[in-house]
Amino acid sequence: MSEGAARPRDSQSEIHAGFIPLVDCAPLVIAKELGFDAEQNFALFLHRDVSWANIRDKVEAGVLDCAIMLAPMPLASTLGLGGRRAVPLIAAMSTNLNGNAITVSRALYDEMLKADRASAVAGGMESAKSLASVVARRRVEGAEPLTLGMVYPFSSHNYDLRYWLAAAGIDPDNDVNLVVVPPPLIAGSLKAGRIDGFCVGEPWNSVAVAEGNGVIVATKPELWVASPEKVLGLKLEFPERYPELTLKLIRALTMACAWLDSRENRLTAAEILAKPSYVGISKELLLRVLTDDMKRGTGATEPATTDAVIFHKNGANFPWVSHASWILTQMIRWGQVRAPFDITEVVRRVYRPDLYRDAVRSLGLQTPDDDVRREFGAAFFGGETFDPAMPLDYLRRLSMRDRTVDLTLFDEQAR
Amino acid sequence: MDSPDTDATLKILVVDENPIRRAIIEDGLKEAGFSNVVTLATTTRLVDHIYKLDPDVILMDFENPSRDVLDQMFQVSRVVRRPIAMFVDQAGRASISAAIDAGVSAYIVDGLKKERVSAILEMTISRFRVFNKLRIELDEAKSALRDRKIIDRAKGALMKSKGLDEEAAYALLRKTAMRQSRRIAEVAESLLSALDLLDSTNGDER
Repeated sequence: MSEGAARPRDSQSEIHAGFIPLVDCAPLVIAKELGFDAEQNFALFLHRDVSWANIRDKVEAGVLDCAIMLAPMPLASTLGLGGRRAVPLIAAMSTNLNGNAITVSRALYDEMLKADRASAVAGGMESAKSLASVVARRRVEGAEPLTLGMVYPFSSHNYDLRYWLAAAGIDPDNDVNLVVVPPPLIAGSLKAGRIDGFCVGEPWNSVAVAEGNGVIVATKPELWVASPEKVLGLKLEFPERYPELTLKLIRALTMACAWLDSRENRLTAAEILAKPSYVGISKELLLRVLTDDMKRGTGATEPATTDAVIFHKNGANFPWVSHASWILTQMIRWGQVRAPFDITEVVRRVYRPDLYRDAVRSLGLQTPDDDVRREFGAAFFGGETFDPAMPLDYLRRLSMRDRTVDLTLFDEQAR
Repeated sequence: MDSPDTDATLKILVVDENPIRRAIIEDGLKEAGFSNVVTLATTTRLVDHIYKLDPDVILMDFENPSRDVLDQMFQVSRVVRRPIAMFVDQAGRASISAAIDAGVSAYIVDGLKKERVSAILEMTISRFRVFNKLRIELDEAKSALRDRKIIDRAKGALMKSKGLDEEAAYALLRKTAMRQSRRIAEVAESLLSALDLLDSTNGDER
């Protein structure tokens, strides 16, 4: 791509979008391959990339107009986290929910079975208890702490894995060693013994299972049934400069998401995604997550999977402002952000249900009346409650967090 | 230039799996007076290497997925002795686009002077461009070589089957290419695949 910032192309009818090879790139791929872009009178150009850092930098610099991003990414950029200059980005819609899983090496799974068979076999939130027993035993024996991989510091994978560990009393910053491993390298790292487990999006868990090295111990919906995952990320100025084009883009992606959620289309979707220019993994492996047929590699009877990935149903594309609030609580929880800010103000700037509502009105789609919702019950991390009106109270209730972050400073920022 | 903290003492780490590009960047930096350049070919245990080497500047290509590993490292600044920020933050918008276009990312220790940062970035961008140009030329040279081999084989086949001399065989290929508005190498390739097909249907051993 040439001198990006200048947009020398036809800026009113072309959109250049970035993606990382994961099942989650499907909405962009399907919008292009099935012509949902042409139906909305614009042309989508797709750019596959190798790292989330590249995706962020290219969108921030205007080399790409938008990307399917990790949901925490527009928030991290807007706040200027990670020692970077703040660049305001927005999330105009959710492009999918769920899609992740936690996988451990076969050797670690055997240790978990030995330590606490019932918990290991149960899977989901429960399975972390057997891991906690393993971690405790290793500490007594003076063994090296376990090393677990995730794909990016500002990712649901990081927060999911930490949540799962912390719920069982494992301190993610001191009891284990958490490292970033890029998705395409993660199965290989497990095989080589550099990591003992990981949290990643599909198809990379299934790749590790198929290679015989990994066992899936939890899928994302087992932690939180409909949890935030990827969003359409854009620069704040983009919808101001190209209002019509932005709405067309949201409509095309929403239509692609609706197509993707029809079960009868999932085989076709897998065939398209399997192409080397997209995910480049066999359609058989892609179908595992797309048809809720996640093979876990336990060798025993496996629990059924429900909604392993959701693209559209039950208003999945609506950018819930409460998702953003929850993500910010996790950033504060683990000390990724220390300088206080007003949570309510930041989430409204970054998550943009107003754009989504405007865009899908003409498609005749219903949208929620509220921008926020409470998360609670068995559907939410085994029975916790998140009230978006009181994010700091929720943070205080969590059993484990970085105590060096002073929450009273955040109280002062809240109006 | 007034302090002992000169360009020569600045430790620059180049992380690049491509040996040619690695050498090109290292040479460029040394020519520009940055004598303390360390290169790393592998990204396995990258964080350990960086802690051990403790560089002031890190240069890494955009094709490397391990940029995400660096992002984590800089995000958890409490475990890093010296906070490092992405380099292009300090450069202007044009430099950011130029760096992305050339395919290089750079990270610096916080507090490094802007002028020195710019010098390193400009040097690296120009070296990346040199490498990209070399790669295109190499690809072209490879395909030219391949074309010549195919044309030679097609000429040989025509000489044998039609009893032509080399010049007449080449003239025939060229005339056909002009008539069909195709490249000579393409005509030669079609001829060879047609001959292969005939050979196999005749049950010959080729």
